[in-house]
Amino acid sequence: MAFVNWFKRNVVVIAGLLTLAYLLLPNVVVTVFSFNRPKGRFNYEWQQFSADAWKDPCGVSGLCESLGLSLQLAFWATLGATLLGTMIAFALVRYRFRARGAVNSLIFLPMAMPEVVMAASLLTLFLNMGAELGFWTILIAHIMFCLSFVVVGVKARVMSMDPRLEQAAQDLYAGPVQTFLRVTLPIAAPGIAAGALLAFALSFDDFIITNFNAGSTVTFPMFVWGSAQRGTPVQINVIGTAMFVVAVALVLVSMAVGNRRKRQKA
Amino acid sequence: MKTTEETTTAGGGDVRLTGISKTYGDFTAVHPLDLTVPEGSFFALLGASGCGKTTTLRMIAGLEEPTAGTVHLGDQDVTALPPYKRPVNTVFQSYALFPHLDIYENVAFGLRRRGIKSVKKQVEEMLELVQLGEQARKKPHQLSGGQQQRVAVARALINHPKVLLLDEPLGALDLKLRRQMQLELKRIQTEVGITFVHVTHDQEEAMTMADCVAVMNAGRVEQLGTPADLYENPRTTFVANFLGTSNFIEAEVDSTSGDDIVLKAGGGKLVLHRARASAPATTGGKILAGVRPEKISLTHADDAGEIPEGRNRITGRITESSFIGVSTQFVVDSPVCSDFEVYVQNIDRDPRLAPGAEVVLHWNPAHTFGLDAAQDIDAGAETVEEEVA
Repeated sequence: MAFVNWFKRNVVVIAGLLTLAYLLLPNVVVTVFSFNRPKGRFNYEWQQFSADAWKDPCGVSGLCESLGLSLQLAFWATLGATLLGTMIAFALVRYRFRARGAVNSLIFLPMAMPEVVMAASLLTLFLNMGAELGFWTILIAHIMFCLSFVVVGVKARVMSMDPRLEQAAQDLYAGPVQTFLRVTLPIAAPGIAAGALLAFALSFDDFIITNFNAGSTVTFPMFVWGSAQRGTPVQINVIGTAMFVVAVALVLVSMAVGNRRKRQKA
Repeated sequence: MKTTEETTTAGGGDVRLTGISKTYGDFTAVHPLDLTVPEGSFFALLGASGCGKTTTLRMIAGLEEPTAGTVHLGDQDVTALPPYKRPVNTVFQSYALFPHLDIYENVAFGLRRRGIKSVKKQVEEMLELVQLGEQARKKPHQLSGGQQQRVAVARALINHPKVLLLDEPLGALDLKLRRQMQLELKRIQTEVGITFVHVTHDQEEAMTMADCVAVMNAGRVEQLGTPADLYENPRTTFVANFLGTSNFIEAEVDSTSGDDIVLKAGGGKLVLHRARASAPATTGGKILAGVRPEKISLTHADDAGEIPEGRNRITGRITESSFIGVSTQFVVDSPVCSDFEVYVQNIDRDPRLAPGAEVVLHWNPAHTFGLDAAQDIDAGAETVEEEVA
């Protein structure tokens, strides 16, 4: 009886912890196996502890080159998609123009369309145009499919923004440029940041569309896929773990900064 | 203060709207209108929603471009100036405080945009004026509605505008706070001496705060005057109904003698002073005789003989009576007007004055006002209820 009562009181906490474990377990496995010393080429069975891979993360040929390329692609794709997406979002919310409704729904097409279909059609397009497959074709593809996500994020933010705020800025002697920099942009910033983060994540780990349109270029996801056929180097787990740690660290830092700011204000 | 020095120059700091109008496609929000707001006055634009009052205000601010006409501030024609170049500031409906800036930075915004470096002293003084010195580092959402309202006023006033425009600034506050803020705004206006143009749909608010009220209806100014003048001498049924309550009797001009016009209504005679008739009175012509409910005395029909001579009188039967403390409000059914409203002060209450009682309504002829009969008697009456609800 006591147990039943205890369970009733804590059922939400228990459900929460179980869900969290479900989400984190894959990351734990990746981390643990980054310290493995596998027998043979496949890192699928635990053998013995070793930090060798951590000491030499670029020890596998081609891995760090592909990682560098993926980071570069993600950076430029994020920049491009965020710039274009923010402008599209503002245009869709603020202005009435011909075909606005059509643009509004078409912009979500890349989100709805099966990735593999889009990948194949893009390849057809590039081939017909005689484009040389490589960095630029991948970048164009990435900006395209990241765009919709940025538009969704920024649009929601801009829509909930009171147009009177900008009028108030103008009324208080801020010209158009000042109004945009001092009022519009800071208020839209959380939406833009959310869109950019999403774009970065999507671009960094995209495989299908990239694989179709990469030519002989190899990105990090393609490298992992390729090596999985022949054997998985422990270094892949090292990179994976490092990315996870960096992401968690960034979140923690931003939370700490936010909390401190709140405490200062109060 | 600063503005009084600046405006001792010729031309003063009046706001002058000349032939100003605004149309959106087929819809005319503001018909060409001329309006002068005297410098240093507390001026109210009063009307129901959609009457064009906010559009008029926004044209003064520069947030709306007039279709025709000009806006002058003192000698300066500002019609073509964008809002950020006009020496005018606005307190917006629902305040429009910048959510990402704290109170201090909200108030300092206008000064900083004009390139003023040392803002500290001015901002602190302004926050003191609106009694928010303690809250300087809070964000707008951490303040109550009344406090946010004061921040909005401070943010505008710190720039020493020639004119402060207030767009329904008290609309979002509850009744008690609104009364308090009305006094507060009036105090601030007296203290700083800046011209205030206040847009509101609340007739009581306009009357308690403003020196001068322009009543707007359907894109036109119906009447302009001091609150007492508008209330006592409405020139249209809209004004008569929108400001307070009025009773109307459709009457025919019987004769005129000296300063008096004698009216015939339902067999009885009523006297109207010529000076209080805003429509021409020709014998045999129609006129609407109006009288405010609180000017009327109610006497039971049995005592009709005690009513002094020379008073306007009509007979009727009480259909409703509601006791509201300071007064009792009666609705009387009479041959000349079916729902005559009468407010009687509760000094000596006559217990016979109950629904069903036959009564005589009588009032001083000087309290009768005459309006053009070719208008809708109920104009402005329903909109008031709708807005208050």
